Amino acid sequence: MHELSIALAVVDQVDTALRERGAERVPVRSLTLRVGELSGVVPEALDFSFGVAAEGTALADARLLIETVEGRARCEGCGRDTATGMPPDLWCGACEQAMSLTGGRELEIARVVLEDLEIRQGDDVPEASHVPHR
Amino acid sequence: MCRTVDLHQAVLAKNDTNAVELRRTLDDRGTTAVNLMSSPGSGKTALLEALLTRAVAGGTPAAAVTADLATENDATRLARSGAPVQQILTDGLCHLEAGMLRGKLEGWLPGGTRLLFVENVGNLVCPASYDLGETLRIALASVTEGEDKPVKYPAAFGLAHLVVITKTDLADAVEFRRDDFLSGVQQVNPGVPVIETSARTGEGVDALLAHVLRAADGRETHTPVLARQHEKHLHHHDTPSAEHSHAPAGTPR
Repeated sequence: MHELSIALAVVDQVDTALRERGAERVPVRSLTLRVGELSGVVPEALDFSFGVAAEGTALADARLLIETVEGRARCEGCGRDTATGMPPDLWCGACEQAMSLTGGRELEIARVVLEDLEIRQGDDVPEASHVPHR
Repeated sequence: MCRTVDLHQAVLAKNDTNAVELRRTLDDRGTTAVNLMSSPGSGKTALLEALLTRAVAGGTPAAAVTADLATENDATRLARSGAPVQQILTDGLCHLEAGMLRGKLEGWLPGGTRLLFVENVGNLVCPASYDLGETLRIALASVTEGEDKPVKYPAAFGLAHLVVITKTDLADAVEFRRDDFLSGVQQVNPGVPVIETSARTGEGVDALLAHVLRAADGRETHTPVLARQHEKHLHHHDTPSAEHSHAPAGTPR
């Protein structure tokens, strides 16, 4: 269960990225991670850990969105492009050779969506007037 | 009305950067690091003790760092080989990170050390995600653990440069189905070399030490299929991140 370490790394990196942009005090509305099926990270455990790691930071109220990426491999011999499955099968039996991995190891912070500070600063603007980004 | 910041950063970028730096530092010192990972009770420590003893007897300067959640028992055992040994206590953390290893090595790693064995925390899940700056990553499993270990823990076995079977002296007693184990290994890591060992009888220990020394001599190691995409993604944090705004002008940056 290293998802807490992963979650702490995510919070730390987002915090640094926002600081670099002078936006460290802007609350984060949502955070999107891309997690590959073969990354060794369990999305449910990461979701749970994120709540703990984000406490007291600009990410405290952020929604965590996890995009899972399927494990995929291609055989350079016959050109077959296929899901690797889990556990992955990385051997092409027909060509008797190793396949090439084309997806599934992703573990990255894709994007963050920040709250609009101008709206937040106006206390009389109700929460419902926030326009969702997408 | 709100602003989206595209980051596309590898989550483990910090560890990966630390690992790259540590690998370079060790290279400069002529030291090759070997990362050993397995489940608890696979016989890592017994095998490592045998390896260190052979290395020391053969005049190869070798050292070891062993990581556990608690106790210094493993360091005490490994020190019997005569090699310098350090214990890392992770205080409950399930894996080692490159920065932790670097901190332990600073001011301790004896000059002229040729081989540095790093015995990771006994765990086949979490350690697999963390590059420690090693040149050779070894995943071990004992014959008593069952033939399906490699497919149950595809990240650990799929990212290894070498797979080691331990406790082969018990293979007959537990009716170890060697072919099933090997086919699982080939499924998740086609082409990876496998060495069979027994710390008790000494089987395979010389072959394993020879393999490690070849890697230390700069001989190319096996490249796992799983590692290839991984490496591509490690570089994500090097590329400039895009940023686009959905907010009206004047929103604070």
